[in-house]
Amino acid sequence: MIYPELFLGFLKVGLFAFGGAYGAIPLIRDVVLSYGWLTDDALSYMIAVSESTPGPIMVNLATYVGSSQAGVLGALLATFAVVLPSFVIILLVTAGLKKLLKKPWMQAILSCVKPCVVGIVLAMGAYLILGNAFDIENGGSFEIKAAAVTIVLLLFTYLPRLIFKKKLSPIYTILLAAVLGMAIA
Amino acid sequence: MKDGTRGKIRLLADLFLSFARIGLFTFGGGYAMLSMIEHHCVEKKKWITHDEMMNMTVVAESTPGPIAINLSTYVGFKQAGLLGSVIATIGMILPSFLIIYALSMFLNRFLEIEIVARAFWGIKIAVGVVILDAAVAMIRKMKKKALPLSVMIVSAIAMLLINIFSVKISTIALMLASALFGLSLFGVRKIKHAEGGGKK
Repeated sequence: MIYPELFLGFLKVGLFAFGGAYGAIPLIRDVVLSYGWLTDDALSYMIAVSESTPGPIMVNLATYVGSSQAGVLGALLATFAVVLPSFVIILLVTAGLKKLLKKPWMQAILSCVKPCVVGIVLAMGAYLILGNAFDIENGGSFEIKAAAVTIVLLLFTYLPRLIFKKKLSPIYTILLAAVLGMAIA
Repeated sequence: MKDGTRGKIRLLADLFLSFARIGLFTFGGGYAMLSMIEHHCVEKKKWITHDEMMNMTVVAESTPGPIAINLSTYVGFKQAGLLGSVIATIGMILPSFLIIYALSMFLNRFLEIEIVARAFWGIKIAVGVVILDAAVAMIRKMKKKALPLSVMIVSAIAMLLINIFSVKISTIALMLASALFGLSLFGVRKIKHAEGGGKK
């Protein structure tokens, strides 16, 4: 049955999504790949679409996956599931859960979980970049065009920051990549 | 009594529309919308104080889920109880839900157009760079101490190996392992403290 799977899958995402939007992406990747809802490529496209449309990225991804698997009901269910844990937790916080968050043992747990999430996001970024340049799934042949685009995008991301101390929105990186893709793919 | 009901309905409508507007105009989600919420809910409507806002941002960092949902739930609850929190949160989600749902209807057909497919070939590469950059931003915000840095590096290496060799270990398992590690460090520190009386 698709509905309980969508609900449980995205409930898990909502429950473990520490570290903001990008902290949730590796979790979503786990879930959608393990159920076979999206391929790695389709997920990448949707991450870019979510980044370029309003709203929290993990909510956008839940809506899309739900809709693509089971129509409007699926979209509602997945979106509801991904939001439910944070909704309930904030109600509990106002009811006194905040004291629990300040307990030393809870702080000890969070002091390791948060850097773990950072590591997971770092690994995913590195894996996606390597995967594009080396086509890991198909034997690892070197893709020179993809590698060149990667280098251009990395320079585009970090050079303005080094020279002008200014951070560009990721939407510009996505737009440049789209133009480069249309030109050389 | 009647005025009270009308006032409550007006408040709920205001919460709904306010968060729908915030949801509609924040791209990229997350921290981009904090300044918008601060401007609207703290300065303009005075629904919550600046301190509450800061407080909730800290709470949001220690709890799962999108920070936008945390804040809309909190503001809604403060102003109009459980119903308020539901209405504010739905307001927050509805615009992006409608947009993404509409997109999902024709995205696949759209991807079949050759020029679009080529654009998405590039976009796929950009997503890797954007995620890597998100990690860089997270690292810059981290405390530069031995424990968090080593947990981060070990998790990154473990995750990279899991991905490359397609091992069936989930991200959640890795997070639970790090939680257990943190808890046992805490236990060890406590036992040491009890034995040595503060050897550190």
